[in-house]
Amino acid sequence: MALQSLDIVRRSATTSRSPQIREPSGGREVAKLIDTTKCIGCKACQVACMEWNDLRDEIGTNIGQYQNPADLSANTWTLMRFAEVENSKGDLEWLIRKDGCMHCADPGCLKACPSPGAIVQYANGIVDFQEENCIGCGYCIAGCPFDIPRISKKDKKVYKCTLCSDRVAVGLEPACIKACPTGALVFGTKDDMKQHAAERIEDLKSRGFEQAGLYDPAGVGGTHVMYVLHHADQPHNYVDLPADPRISRAVLLWKGFSKPLGLAVMALTALAGFFHYIRVGPDETDASDEAAAHELAKRLEKAP
Amino acid sequence: MSDLELGPERRDAASPEHRGMILRYTAGERTNHWMVAMAFVLAALSGLALFHPALFGLSGLFGGGPWTRILHPFIGLAMLLAFLPFALRVGSENRMQPRDWAWLRQYRDVVMNREDRLPEVGRYNAGQKLVFYAIVLCLTGLLLSGVAIWRAYFSIYFPAVVVRWGAVLHALCALVLICTIIVHIYAAIWVKGSVEAMTRGRVTRGWAWKHHRAWFREIMTRAANSRPRPD
Amino acid sequence: MTNHWVDIKNADIVLIMGGNAAEAHPCGFKWVTEAKAHNKARLIVVDPRFTRSASVADVYAPIRTGTDIVFLGGVVSYLLANDKIQHEYVKNYTDFTFIVREDFAFTDGLYSGYNAEKHSYDKSTWDYEIGPDGFVKVDPSLAHPRCVYQLMKQHYARYTPEMVARVCGTPQEKFLQICEMMASTATPTRAMTMMYALGWTQHSVGSQMIRQGAMVQMLLGNIGVAGGGMNALRGHSNIQGLTDLGLMSNLLPGYINLPSENEQDYAKFIAARAFKPLRPNQLSYWQNLDKFVVSLMKAWWGDGATAENNWAYDYLPKLDKLYDMLQVFELMSQGKMNGFICQGFNPLAAAPNKAKMNLSLAKLKYLVVMDPLATETSEFWRNFGEHNDVDSARIQTEVFRLPTSCFAEEEGSLTNSSRWLQWHWKGAEPPGEARSDLRIMAEIFTRMRALYQNEGGTFADPILKLSWPYARPTDPTPQELAREFSGKALKDLADPKDPTKVTRKAGEQLAGFAELRNDGSTSSGCWIFCGAWGPTGNLMARRDNSDPTGIGQNINWAFAWPANRRVLYNRASCDPSGKPFNPDRALISWNGSAWGGADIPDFKVDEDPTHGMGPFIMNPEGVARFFARTNMAEGPFPEHYEPFETPLATNPLSPTEPRALNNPAARVFDDDRKAFGKPAQFPHAATTYRLTEHFHYWTKHVRLNAIIQPEQFVEIGDALAKDLGIASGDWVKVESNRGYIKAVAVVTKRLRALQVDGKTLHHVGIPIHWGFKGLAKPGFLANTLTPVVGDANSQTPEFKSFLVRVEKL
Repeated sequence: MALQSLDIVRRSATTSRSPQIREPSGGREVAKLIDTTKCIGCKACQVACMEWNDLRDEIGTNIGQYQNPADLSANTWTLMRFAEVENSKGDLEWLIRKDGCMHCADPGCLKACPSPGAIVQYANGIVDFQEENCIGCGYCIAGCPFDIPRISKKDKKVYKCTLCSDRVAVGLEPACIKACPTGALVFGTKDDMKQHAAERIEDLKSRGFEQAGLYDPAGVGGTHVMYVLHHADQPHNYVDLPADPRISRAVLLWKGFSKPLGLAVMALTALAGFFHYIRVGPDETDASDEAAAHELAKRLEKAP
Repeated sequence: MSDLELGPERRDAASPEHRGMILRYTAGERTNHWMVAMAFVLAALSGLALFHPALFGLSGLFGGGPWTRILHPFIGLAMLLAFLPFALRVGSENRMQPRDWAWLRQYRDVVMNREDRLPEVGRYNAGQKLVFYAIVLCLTGLLLSGVAIWRAYFSIYFPAVVVRWGAVLHALCALVLICTIIVHIYAAIWVKGSVEAMTRGRVTRGWAWKHHRAWFREIMTRAANSRPRPD
Repeated sequence: MTNHWVDIKNADIVLIMGGNAAEAHPCGFKWVTEAKAHNKARLIVVDPRFTRSASVADVYAPIRTGTDIVFLGGVVSYLLANDKIQHEYVKNYTDFTFIVREDFAFTDGLYSGYNAEKHSYDKSTWDYEIGPDGFVKVDPSLAHPRCVYQLMKQHYARYTPEMVARVCGTPQEKFLQICEMMASTATPTRAMTMMYALGWTQHSVGSQMIRQGAMVQMLLGNIGVAGGGMNALRGHSNIQGLTDLGLMSNLLPGYINLPSENEQDYAKFIAARAFKPLRPNQLSYWQNLDKFVVSLMKAWWGDGATAENNWAYDYLPKLDKLYDMLQVFELMSQGKMNGFICQGFNPLAAAPNKAKMNLSLAKLKYLVVMDPLATETSEFWRNFGEHNDVDSARIQTEVFRLPTSCFAEEEGSLTNSSRWLQWHWKGAEPPGEARSDLRIMAEIFTRMRALYQNEGGTFADPILKLSWPYARPTDPTPQELAREFSGKALKDLADPKDPTKVTRKAGEQLAGFAELRNDGSTSSGCWIFCGAWGPTGNLMARRDNSDPTGIGQNINWAFAWPANRRVLYNRASCDPSGKPFNPDRALISWNGSAWGGADIPDFKVDEDPTHGMGPFIMNPEGVARFFARTNMAEGPFPEHYEPFETPLATNPLSPTEPRALNNPAARVFDDDRKAFGKPAQFPHAATTYRLTEHFHYWTKHVRLNAIIQPEQFVEIGDALAKDLGIASGDWVKVESNRGYIKAVAVVTKRLRALQVDGKTLHHVGIPIHWGFKGLAKPGFLANTLTPVVGDANSQTPEFKSFLVRVEKL
């Protein structure tokens, strides 16, 4: 689903810069806003995703909860997760969160990917996998702070939500947005979505949700999928939504300065050898050594 | 198993008919070494392809990215499997001894080719022994971390944090190993006669006397004792 | 619905009770979120389970299944006691002031006239006191001890918050909080909508639960106003159309009751239903009944219906009793019914007590199943292991399966909960040999007619003379049928005020039911649909969603019966002088010479408000009834009766009268009564329901739905799960006195243990949707567990309250 290459602003495993000639003007970045306070967990988004993307997961089993399929997979790019939490007043809350790729501004998957162009980021902020470039190493899975990408058993390629980059590219909203019956899912420019979220948060505060807020975590540079939460102070209550997601230090170390440093160390080692040879020279055995050896051998033969 | 046990070859090697050459590595040892070496080269090239974008082109040697990803862990396993018997063969010769520490302390004499000032060296010098230990440690690290990051079969059983740090450890071990091997290869180039030792198996008495005198002494003593005494 | 889906956005308070709109009507539920987002509406959910609707509610209160009348009776009591009623509304638009007969009585849970042997009432005392002028006596001061207001106040005084807490298990403070929120809509400028569905209808006292809800709405002045109303969320996309068109066994199209066997006389049949006004200057619109009936008979029998033969009145069946679903299967089980055509219906799964269904179907000689899917019913004879453990060799029923197209493979109109007739177009060709229901029915009819023609038969006229004017008799088109049910002039219609003028030429479609006549000059297959295909064409196909007033009445979208009115009783949105109670959400108003506005007036358009005509024009009183007179089987005021399988030994509201434990007027067949279970053996209250991921027993045949909800489960509260050592994901057996199911346990905090009458009561939630056919994992039909008893008025089966025992497998 490659968009026009001029729209790609970042490529995985690419040390040179992607085209930067286009000037991003206001509102060029898009975002999906998931209002968990309006969501009824109907899974219409899951079905729309399967239909638009022609995905069919297995008909599984019930593992004692509403969540089905049991987890994200190469065939399930979005999934409703359900949590039952008692609030401070003793009232039950059924927190339902649509899980899927967050389309981070600073994507850990893209950082971790070793295959040039297997993961790209468009100017509108969408992070997309280009499966024809994917080598199936799964490093993106380790790189993701939200545990989203899943590898396919069939083709060993990694898949996740594309934010319907194919639809968005031609001016349509993502399929899940179109299917949402309650308006819990909305899509637009990131600025507009923040504005909409602010209105929603005001309404929620009027309903006693003092800690209502927007989830747009700064640790990954913000996301292009954002949540309105009733309890923005307790994101972990929404089935382990990380409070402060960041690209792991391990990934930063591994994919950051360790790469050039590693190469430099290897090169320096080789160079050290080369210049040792030039300066000190080889350690050779000459005739005197052979004579000394002969001498010693004779002595040993005589005196066993 | 040790090169001191005299098989038919050894007897030949110690005999003057062989121009006074000593067999340092048997055909089996040489084969084993080069199997490890080849696996290392392939593992290193495929690993480097995945390590740095600038080297991704190396994946072309293996048939492209996916094949590189598929082959690399199997090559790694092959290296490990090949190294195991080799390590068993030479392990006992690589125990550090007091004279090795003295040898290491005199590293300046080592690099300046002043071997006459160094303590006598057995079959392997302290540098070679360090290489051996580095390889053992790195391969262990590579194996453990490699399993964790082997997405096709095993990653699913490890939490993300283990996989992430596994990848770091894998890269670190690989770096240390590659540098060690660079040193190892250079040492072979530097100390003339070493390449022949590992390609054709024999070294001259002078080479043995100069670089591994204690070992030379040992061989000669053993050879003298095993020869039938003239009545 | 008295109102409609879009109108819910006008509500200030939304009550979802007896339903789970977010779960079962997610698309309609969007209007609740609109009301919340743009109208600052507050959502209240009352349900035994913390539902998907509750997950987005402002307030949730748990309630024991089957006790809604106590809760709502408590609300009525609260509103009356705290004077939170809309005075101008109740005084002028309800029967508050009407005086009831002196011999009407209510003692220990029973109304006057009870016959314990027949489980029914002599209802003659349930009526108003009629004055010498022939009209009901009223007392505008409301002081008369037998005026409806006083009787009602007295009746519900027993429904205290303590009683609500004791019977329903609802915490008192939650109940009072909800009362207060509801009461806030007693002001003319605020409205509450009530949304309910099978959670009220599928009870042995379901109709009375709904009445009780309507009474709350009337006290608050919320009927007939934008954002108010009693809104039944219909389950099937066309189930509203089913009742509108009279597919109930006792109905003719347009909610006209079929005659009973003692009504052989046409004139008496009409007279009994064309009510005379009970108060001066009331419209009592049913006085036009003969126009509807004659036009219907002309549509059905054409020239065969004449004034001379009483418009073919003799062709109509005369009922000796109700032939509802439960009756039909009772007759089948007794071997008294031996052939069954089952069209778009899966009774093995959809009727109560599967074991009885298996036995009944096995007694048939033949069974014809018309369905797009291979239903469980069509394979009731096949052994599917534990899921359908029958001995095929002993079943002799011959089964014919006629594959039909599904809704998306044909065009026509569907009537939704909003009473909108919406035309839809074919999306795909039906597969294989599937044919439309219309074609199959027409083929059967034309072949049967030919047999009667060739071979004769008893009473052949109704069949031989049936009007069958379709271009292709074996394949009538939806357009032909739609034009027929809408109606046309059969002769030139003269203007009654000026006979020289012709208002409608022969053959023209009629604009509405006001044009119908009782002289055989018009035909209309369903008077309430009249005008849907009018002189200007098919109004059902309109798709103009413009909303000039901003309150979402959209009168140019499709066609709403009756007469394209969007909010029923909308005259009640104005004060007696004709001014809107809430000018911001005005539906209609009186402009000095006529009624008009955002909606089509549900009123006589030129009726001057000063003449005092009431807004409830279908009632002979002209006003809404708190006192139901003889219209309900159990009594004029809703009274709480326990479910037939109740965890309680006595009815806390009438503890000394054992006959008032369960609905005294319910019809229960002997074998079914024996199959009821007792709490000693079956200690847990169970309820069945639907999930958003599935539609009945259809979508388990659909891969996408099967993926998102693949396998049968039951929901168990964490307290009960702890008692029984059950963890989420364990398999459990749920057993009633009629059978058992095995399913995965979903252990949840959403089903909390309730304190009922001093004891802890656990609920078990049983989603339906699984069976032994389809792509989802095979499962048990949930009706294996449910009892055979219906609502005493509608005979809708009790699927919501029964007793089970749970054990870990």
